[in-house]
Amino acid sequence: MAHSGIDLLFQGQNFARFLQGFGVTLRVAVITLVIGGVLGVVLGALRTLNNRPLQVILRLYLEIFRIVPTVVLLFVVYYIVPQVFHLEMSGEMVAIVTFALWTGAEMSDIVRGALIAVPKHQVESAQALGLNRLQQFRYVLLPQALPVALPGTINLATRIIKTTSLLLMISVMDIVNVGQTLVEANGHKHPAFAFWVYGIMFIMYYILCAPLSWWAKRIEKQRLERSNG
Amino acid sequence: MDWTVIARSLPQFTAGFWLTLKLSAIGILGSLIVGALVSLAQYFKLPGLRQLATVYIEISRNTPLLVQLFFIYYGLPGLGVKLSATVSGVFGLMFLGGSYMAEAFTSGYNAISKGQLESGRALGLTNVQLARYVVVPQGLAASVPALAANVIFLIKETSIFTVIAIPELTNTALDLIGLYYRSNEYLFVLVVAYAIILIPLSVGLTWLERRVRYGTFGN
Repeated sequence: MAHSGIDLLFQGQNFARFLQGFGVTLRVAVITLVIGGVLGVVLGALRTLNNRPLQVILRLYLEIFRIVPTVVLLFVVYYIVPQVFHLEMSGEMVAIVTFALWTGAEMSDIVRGALIAVPKHQVESAQALGLNRLQQFRYVLLPQALPVALPGTINLATRIIKTTSLLLMISVMDIVNVGQTLVEANGHKHPAFAFWVYGIMFIMYYILCAPLSWWAKRIEKQRLERSNG
Repeated sequence: MDWTVIARSLPQFTAGFWLTLKLSAIGILGSLIVGALVSLAQYFKLPGLRQLATVYIEISRNTPLLVQLFFIYYGLPGLGVKLSATVSGVFGLMFLGGSYMAEAFTSGYNAISKGQLESGRALGLTNVQLARYVVVPQGLAASVPALAANVIFLIKETSIFTVIAIPELTNTALDLIGLYYRSNEYLFVLVVAYAIILIPLSVGLTWLERRVRYGTFGN
């Protein structure tokens, strides 16, 4: 066999298109992380307040986004939002909205956990020093909660990257969709081509996620070592 | 919302519902077996197998299920390995779930003090005996919360099976939407169907966690 299929990937525009798809994947992941992260920090902080109705609503929000699979959420936003709000949304926009809402829910739980892990006397001392609510948050809670929240947040980032593979389902030209198109165009002539395309996709996701996983594991270990001596 | 549309779609959704349950059950059972073997290979530092286990966990945890499924279903035939969609789906779920279950088991084993392991060795127990009488019984209790979270996670992941056209719940809904354009009705049924599976399960698993914690630590 003169052709193992892999060289097809470097013919014509094929590889450039592959990289373009990779760019779309990355863009959606980064925007989702930023919007969802900010949303999660705000909601997480709100969840530490003593306000019963607010707690119930935020808890419900979290549970709904935990119970319903992300694929289903994606299609709910895809079909329902344009109808109800009379909005034209691109597929990429639909994905960013869905993923950001999901990220916000997950992030709020991480942030809440980190905030309530800060010992109570820290806040009481801050109050005794006369710091207002915002100052307490900015100078006392946040610096101590951040290291606790960091590993979980990094792991969430890897989950976001992996979730972007769902973009294909709403016809966004992400890396998976480009790969799929290339295989459909060339696959029947060279059966091994599909193996290489999906193999390379595997490696690309791995390259994105693995360093983040290692980083999260390392800082979590360091933190535990520091707190346990 | 048109209830007659919903009523007429129920037979299809019921079939999808059972398929989701069946594939989840097989996939989760397989994941538990893979996870148990992988975690023990790592815990007892079995030469060769341990490195293999680490590589497997690395790859499995850092790639999306969708790409794993495409690789198994569309990529492997290039090497002469042809599997049906359903078999690819179950293998994919096991490939993904095995590493998550392994990490859950490992975190449980790590809760056991090293002294117990050393005592066991001093008594002349073999690795298999150590696993059977010391590590697994105690580690299992500590890993229940993580295992339970993985069960929920894996059931939700079966929704991705739709990309290789396995007629489970999500695929059923998307197919019906494609045929009749009643997205509100079918998505409503879809969300309810997942809620029927996942809410009781989530409540049940929380109860189990509490029982196990009570049985182990008495609080």
